Amino acid sequence: MAGIPEKDAISGQSTTGHEWDGIKELNTPLPRWWVYVFYICILWAIAYWVAMPAFPLGNGFTPGMLGYNSRLGLEKDVEVAKASHATQLQAIAAKSVDEIAADSSLRQYAMAGGALLFKENCAPCHQSGGAGAVGFPTLADDEWLWGGSLADIQTTVLHGIRSEKSADTRVSEMPAFGDMLKPEEVTQVAEYVKAMSQGKASDMPGKQLYLDNCAACHSSDGANPVSDGNPMMGAPALGNNVWLYAGPGGEMTVDMIAAQVSKPKHGVMPAWAGRLKDEDIKMVTIFVHSLGGGQ
Amino acid sequence: MTQATMAHGAQADTTAYNTGVIKSFVVAAMFWGVVGFLAGDFIAWQLAFPFLNLDLEWTTFGRMRPVHTSAVIFAFGGNILIGTSLYIVQRTCRSALWGGNGTGYTIFWGYQVFIVMAALSYVLGYSQGQEYAEPEWWIDLFLTVIWVIYLATFVGTLVNRKENHIYVANWFLLAFIITVAMLHLGNNISVPTALFGGGLMKSYPLFAGVQNAMVQWWYGHNAVGFFLTAGFLGMMYYFIPKRANRPVYSYRLSIVHFWALIFLYIWAGPHHLHYTALPDWTQTLGMTFSVMLWMPSWGGMINGIMTLSGAWEKLRTDPVMRFLVSSVAFYGMSTFEGPMMSIKAVNSLSHYTDWTVGHVHSGALGWVAFVSFGSMYYLIPVLWQRKSLYSMRLVSYHFWIATIGIVLYITAMWISGIMQGLMWRAYDELGFLQYSFIETVEAMHPYYVIRATGGALFVLGGLIMAYNMYRTIKGDIREEQPFESPEAYPAGARR
Repeated sequence: MAGIPEKDAISGQSTTGHEWDGIKELNTPLPRWWVYVFYICILWAIAYWVAMPAFPLGNGFTPGMLGYNSRLGLEKDVEVAKASHATQLQAIAAKSVDEIAADSSLRQYAMAGGALLFKENCAPCHQSGGAGAVGFPTLADDEWLWGGSLADIQTTVLHGIRSEKSADTRVSEMPAFGDMLKPEEVTQVAEYVKAMSQGKASDMPGKQLYLDNCAACHSSDGANPVSDGNPMMGAPALGNNVWLYAGPGGEMTVDMIAAQVSKPKHGVMPAWAGRLKDEDIKMVTIFVHSLGGGQ
Repeated sequence: MTQATMAHGAQADTTAYNTGVIKSFVVAAMFWGVVGFLAGDFIAWQLAFPFLNLDLEWTTFGRMRPVHTSAVIFAFGGNILIGTSLYIVQRTCRSALWGGNGTGYTIFWGYQVFIVMAALSYVLGYSQGQEYAEPEWWIDLFLTVIWVIYLATFVGTLVNRKENHIYVANWFLLAFIITVAMLHLGNNISVPTALFGGGLMKSYPLFAGVQNAMVQWWYGHNAVGFFLTAGFLGMMYYFIPKRANRPVYSYRLSIVHFWALIFLYIWAGPHHLHYTALPDWTQTLGMTFSVMLWMPSWGGMINGIMTLSGAWEKLRTDPVMRFLVSSVAFYGMSTFEGPMMSIKAVNSLSHYTDWTVGHVHSGALGWVAFVSFGSMYYLIPVLWQRKSLYSMRLVSYHFWIATIGIVLYITAMWISGIMQGLMWRAYDELGFLQYSFIETVEAMHPYYVIRATGGALFVLGGLIMAYNMYRTIKGDIREEQPFESPEAYPAGARR
């Protein structure tokens, strides 16, 4: 209700004379600085409207005096970025991975680009720096399931492992020996493989079973009782205590080996041809090759 | 009437106010507040330690996040806003609730049903997929009915007032109720799939593409502007002068900043869509109106803080006052940060990062929750007619624990957000991006832990408050010397 304005002793301001539930209001003027800053913000907004696209006009809009256009700006930025990479990317497209690796400045460029591509595309499975995880091979060592030369790595990346997307993918699979061997024989083979991995292979019951059933793939000459692997078939070396299904630094137990012998898991890696450009695949190949022990 | 009001309301006011329903709203706000804070801290830990998603579809971040946002904004914030608005409008109009307990309890129970339906629907996987407007069409329609009853009750009470003028708090509250109705209707225009042979529960928005995005952020930003700002400013305009026992600093400022705020806020939404497919002119509009909004927002802060002139010692002696004034200080900080982040050059760094999350929480925890806590601490002894709160010491504990929680939260998000933005745009000397996305996530991990720790402190504060409230309602008063001794102004003494 409208009452009589009264003077507030503390602030020296008058009240408005209104009162609600005991609450009164002072009639303090607007703070000067507040008014000025508000005006400045409004003036700045008006200036911005003059300079920049601001108001809709039917099918168009006021373009502003500076002619700013975020779409054209983006296109320009992308062009500049592309141009700055053009020389190196053309050289990479024209050369083989071995030639790129031999050219020190191009190799340096490919390493930088490959590192980023690896982090975005490969690290989710192979982990940072190619550390590896259970079922995803460590790339930062010198053990290679499918070969560690630049050309081998490039083929693996291009076509993947058991990938449905590429006709040239790597396809070999280990048979399920649980269908062929008796359970106790599987255990004997597993015990032999475990001993072999620890450098303690001896004339155990599993040795002959290994030579008859496994060595053809897992040993390079097909007859060596200590497995050194065969990258042609993706058959890992078993004599080195590096285990795909135990994770980096881990060891498979006899039971785990026996399970793998009976009914092997078969990992899949996507084919990156078509997902990454050929230049990108070459760069990532150079990077992966450098991680631990490219051959 | 003239005599009664002129004498500082000291004479018996014979109006039969409807306070029962206000009590219900206050209790519901406390309950949902704790639920919402817990949900928020749970998902904060999920971000730091993803196994906490528990491999169950109902507890994944994607479903729990809207449970958190809706619980704190609409369940905690909504209950305290509706409750205090219906209290303030009665007291400042000297008029009982229009429709009495009938409308009051219809709004109360209707609103609780809305909250439960919304939360259950999110957990079970129903969502419109629009931020802060997740409830599906059938829940939206239900809420519309409740909201119309709320609007009618508020306006009806206003019309029945026994004061010539309408107090400033009521301008803000009415603006909040009307604008939220408009936003709710605008952003939820959707087509139930059942009309085309699809499921009954699901709907799709009528607008498509960038137009839908624009409508969504017109809604989203004004949910901040009118739900979390105008509504809570209305609370501030009642509870600060009431608690400080001082007149409002400037009537003129309240008029100018009210109209400026109402006019400017509604255009600011496009700043959520900088550097997207939204046309440049629309982005300009959003950015410039956001910058012009700075001073109108600060008008509220000035009026809140300066109302304390002549009563500054209450900051030292009254922890409830400290909640109220700190809330306004946080409001001032957030409403400077907001316009700054709306500037495109700043936004290109801050957008999509944790900085935004930190900004929201400095406003949500510092402003919205603190002004609510302060108002509730004032209101609880008044409503239940207790001599004072159970313990002022617990209020002090709550204040400091929650404040430390907020500081941990927002500083962690500033560092994490700015770092994240800088890592995203870092190039090496050969022109390649320097960091992968996952590296930015790894770098943020320690800050996520700090943020979740800050959140846990905030939850703890909420639990302390709930206990204090329970004991106060029970009628207990703790024998204690308040930390701020002597307690200059016992809560509710003026009644």
